[in-house]
Amino acid sequence: MDIGFILEISSLYLEAAKFTLKLASIGIILSLLIGLFCSLVNYYKVKFLKKIVNWYIELSRNTPLLIQLFFLYYGLPKVGIKLGAFTCAVIGLAFLGGSYMAEAFRGGLEAVSKAQIEAGLSIGLTKAQVTRYIIFPQALAVSIPSIGANAIFIIKETSIVSAISLKDLMFVTKDIIGIYYKTNEALLMLVVAYLIILLPLSLLLTYIERRLRYAGFGN
Amino acid sequence: MALLEVIGLNKYFDGFHVLKDISFSVEKGEVVVILGPSGSGKSTLLRCINGLEEIQSGQIKLNGEVINEDSTKWHLIRQKIGMVFQSYDLFPHMTVFENILLGPLKAQKRDKKEVARQAEELLNRVGLLDRKNFYPRQLSGGQRQRVAIVRALCMNPELMLFDEVTASLDPEMVREVLDVMLELAKEGMTMIIVTHEMEFAKAVADRIIFLDGGEITEVAGAQEFFTDPKTERAKNFLNIFNFKEYKKGVDNNEKI
Repeated sequence: MDIGFILEISSLYLEAAKFTLKLASIGIILSLLIGLFCSLVNYYKVKFLKKIVNWYIELSRNTPLLIQLFFLYYGLPKVGIKLGAFTCAVIGLAFLGGSYMAEAFRGGLEAVSKAQIEAGLSIGLTKAQVTRYIIFPQALAVSIPSIGANAIFIIKETSIVSAISLKDLMFVTKDIIGIYYKTNEALLMLVVAYLIILLPLSLLLTYIERRLRYAGFGN
Repeated sequence: MALLEVIGLNKYFDGFHVLKDISFSVEKGEVVVILGPSGSGKSTLLRCINGLEEIQSGQIKLNGEVINEDSTKWHLIRQKIGMVFQSYDLFPHMTVFENILLGPLKAQKRDKKEVARQAEELLNRVGLLDRKNFYPRQLSGGQRQRVAIVRALCMNPELMLFDEVTASLDPEMVREVLDVMLELAKEGMTMIIVTHEMEFAKAVADRIIFLDGGEITEVAGAQEFFTDPKTERAKNFLNIFNFKEYKKGVDNNEKI
């Protein structure tokens, strides 16, 4: 193990880690928005839109991200739509994550009992107010663990974007191995970088989950 | 003019005729108790009155105004009709105080100070002021139900609906909830109560409506209904609560 070399390449990893985080953050935020939209469409049984949403969820969950990225990056230009690699990666992640987030929200929404909704209506709240003050807070508490798991999943999935030449952690590692043949050092740094990103997040989620459990509603 | 008037109400659940041609009215300040066997449609009737169930035909009038039209803004009507449920249904993610304030602040857009003062006063009356910052899970069943009553009262409703509010409580807690309701009746609150507590019904009701198989089979003053029910069905229903004939060591043949 060449410690000196590791120190030398660490700045490359720092850059790559920043990029990975940036990509993942945008991906997660978009996934949350898409997921929320889809789950609400399903929850309120919006005609027509509901069908599209369900097709989307099936399509997204049953195709690999790599294929989705290839389709966006190499396929679309054939029909005249040229997107930058970064845009493709963001769209791909949001497309994939959105359906997972939708399922996470769905679980939470379905956990809110009809009696709670009726209690809200009976004190004169409108449907929108019931959604905002009663359904959302209760659903979110149930959804948080799976939303967290999905966030971690999306961060890990970013490692695939190296396939469309984006300089994330995986890309830098392959680069260094290719140029210097220092496989061990490069892979070690790769693992460490992902751990540094994911471990704190994972611990934070455990903490939040425990807090929610203690706050456990149980009416 | 009656406060609430129900005229020819019919309700079906997937072809099953739950409520058949129900007509009755409730005067301001009157306490009406609906009695009847399980499945006779008592709860459904209450739920129809504040629009939680759709009805297929008939009219419901509040202060002479028809409230079951397509254009009805139920959220406005429900501000005038308070409802308390069997399973309390407090909002578990809110404190007692937040539970009570939600309706007046968000639905009625009233002034926070004024509402808070009223809420404290009401909580004090049901003996729960010291619990105002507790969460529902920290309260007993009877306490939760009293909070649920306060939550409905804080909207200043003209009519209160009680749907078997003591049915899932321990006997000792039943009393504390019924006392609150008796107090309300004394103050002149208009109430429609579905209950299985016969002694309570006797004490609180001005009028009894007996519902059987989705039909009103008897309407009578409370005194009259319990001492001299007109229909055979009501007689049988009341006799179920009579255990005298089954006393140990008594020769049952004498009575038969």
